[in-house]
Amino acid sequence: MPLNLDQIARIARLSRIEISAAEAAQTRDQLNGVFALIEQLQAVDTRGIAPMAHAMDLTQRLREDVVTEEDRRAAYQAVAPEVEAGLYLVPRVVE
Amino acid sequence: MQWEVVIGLETHAQLRTNSKIFSGASTAFGAAPNVQACAVDIALPGVLPVLNRAAVACAIRFGLAVGGAIAPRSIFARKNYFYPDLPKGYQISQYEIPVVSGGSLAIAVGQNDGRYEKTVQLTRAHLEEDAGKSLHEDFHGKSGIDLNRAGTPLLEIVTEPDMRSAAEAVAYAKALHALVQWIGICDGNMQEGSFRCDANVSVRPKGSDKLGTRREIKNLNSFRFMQQAIDYEVKWQIERIGDGGAIEQATVLFDPDSGETRAMRSKEDAQDYRYFPDPDLLPLEISPAWIAEVKSAMPELPAAMKDRFERDYQLSAYDAGALTATLATARYFEDCAAAAGAADVKTAKLCANWVMGELSARLNAAELDIAAAPLSAARLAGMIRRIADGTISGKIAKEVFDALWAGEAQDADAVIEARGLRQISDTGALEAIIDEVLAANPKSVEEFRAGKEKAFNALVGQLMKATRGRANPQQVNELLKQRLTGE
Repeated sequence: MPLNLDQIARIARLSRIEISAAEAAQTRDQLNGVFALIEQLQAVDTRGIAPMAHAMDLTQRLREDVVTEEDRRAAYQAVAPEVEAGLYLVPRVVE
Repeated sequence: MQWEVVIGLETHAQLRTNSKIFSGASTAFGAAPNVQACAVDIALPGVLPVLNRAAVACAIRFGLAVGGAIAPRSIFARKNYFYPDLPKGYQISQYEIPVVSGGSLAIAVGQNDGRYEKTVQLTRAHLEEDAGKSLHEDFHGKSGIDLNRAGTPLLEIVTEPDMRSAAEAVAYAKALHALVQWIGICDGNMQEGSFRCDANVSVRPKGSDKLGTRREIKNLNSFRFMQQAIDYEVKWQIERIGDGGAIEQATVLFDPDSGETRAMRSKEDAQDYRYFPDPDLLPLEISPAWIAEVKSAMPELPAAMKDRFERDYQLSAYDAGALTATLATARYFEDCAAAAGAADVKTAKLCANWVMGELSARLNAAELDIAAAPLSAARLAGMIRRIADGTISGKIAKEVFDALWAGEAQDADAVIEARGLRQISDTGALEAIIDEVLAANPKSVEEFRAGKEKAFNALVGQLMKATRGRANPQQVNELLKQRLTGE
């Protein structure tokens, strides 16, 4: 099921990536190439096989519930474009 | 046309852990902005999440409390969306295999004769991380981002579309709110955002078994707003359909000032979260031994305790329900009943009445939690013992209660002695007082003998006044009647 340009535009929008018409066509072709590979995989009969959630056959290690981090705000904010009153400032977002 | 309302609720309960779900940063509320946001929380490159054992234990606890199935193996997934208070560009959540599936919660709706019970089925409960906070106040036209909350552990609890009115939704939310606090997994503080509800609301013609298109009301952080928002939304949907319009699936916000709901995201922006398993996290395994360990540490649950109160203390379903509304109330009542001698069901009922009545009214007026009550369960029990053994009447007990509340004395006996409140039950003493009162009120005596029943009450009133309320009311009635009728 190859992707069309409308779907490319939607994916770009969801990913917040700005692409030109030429890039959209190129991206469509590249993604369709990836999809062709996926189609080959999907041709394999996987009935009765549990979906794999992770490539490694291990289980999650757990942390004890202890506070181990200290305040390093000054260091983190030193590289932020704009801060005020301890807050990171970003272009206004209101829904 | 008759409409049926269909409501499902999604609740985010902040879990009571010291540290975040995937990092060792503190979750304490009220810190200065961004001082509790570590490298993992602000998504610096190269960091990896490590799951907090206590957050998982909270989820197991909840699963056991609602009778849900706890997944022996569950998966964390990335929910992708862009918002500045979500620095990774995705929220770590659970999608295909949540930690808890199914379960149910019993609720009681309405009051008095209109009261009924109902069971709400749960779909699932899953672990996820909270996002940060965006502040839209004036920062020169920009938004300020505080990431202290980012990574705080949440349990998202999702119901089936089982509720049929705003009242049922509120009853469910209250029952859930009480339960998560009861089992100690959430502090329930709604002002601080520890317990937030989203309501999925739709309407359909009565008798239809097809669901209507739903709109989701986001972030209801008080029970009152939930009631108002759902009522408004239902009215809006019915009117719109009545006008020939259709409901479009949407996310709406409730504005408490106007009392209205309004759409937040347009259909064009309908969310597509592109969930996929998070490669940074391995599957979470929960062993039967772990579940057994959590189970052994669980307190008696409210529903079981309510049944026991009805059985052991012979309380009504209403009383037992009110006394098990919170764990602190239930503990207070049980301590009080045990100290007062609850083997006698009358004493148990007295304890129930005082806890639900005077004590609860005083706590409400003073805006105090029962755990902070100025008089302990043992002191209240001491007073109730004196009502039960006839030392004081229920009326006089109010005065004793006031003194104990004000901390005037260590126990009820001291108040009774200091103020001379002991009830007069000695027949000889009462007869002497009756004689005095009859002598002083010949008119009332005459009226009574002429057949005026009211005169009798006037005489009782005089007697009570003469004894400052201390006369045993039952004895007074009997003795006075004997004296007047000469029996």
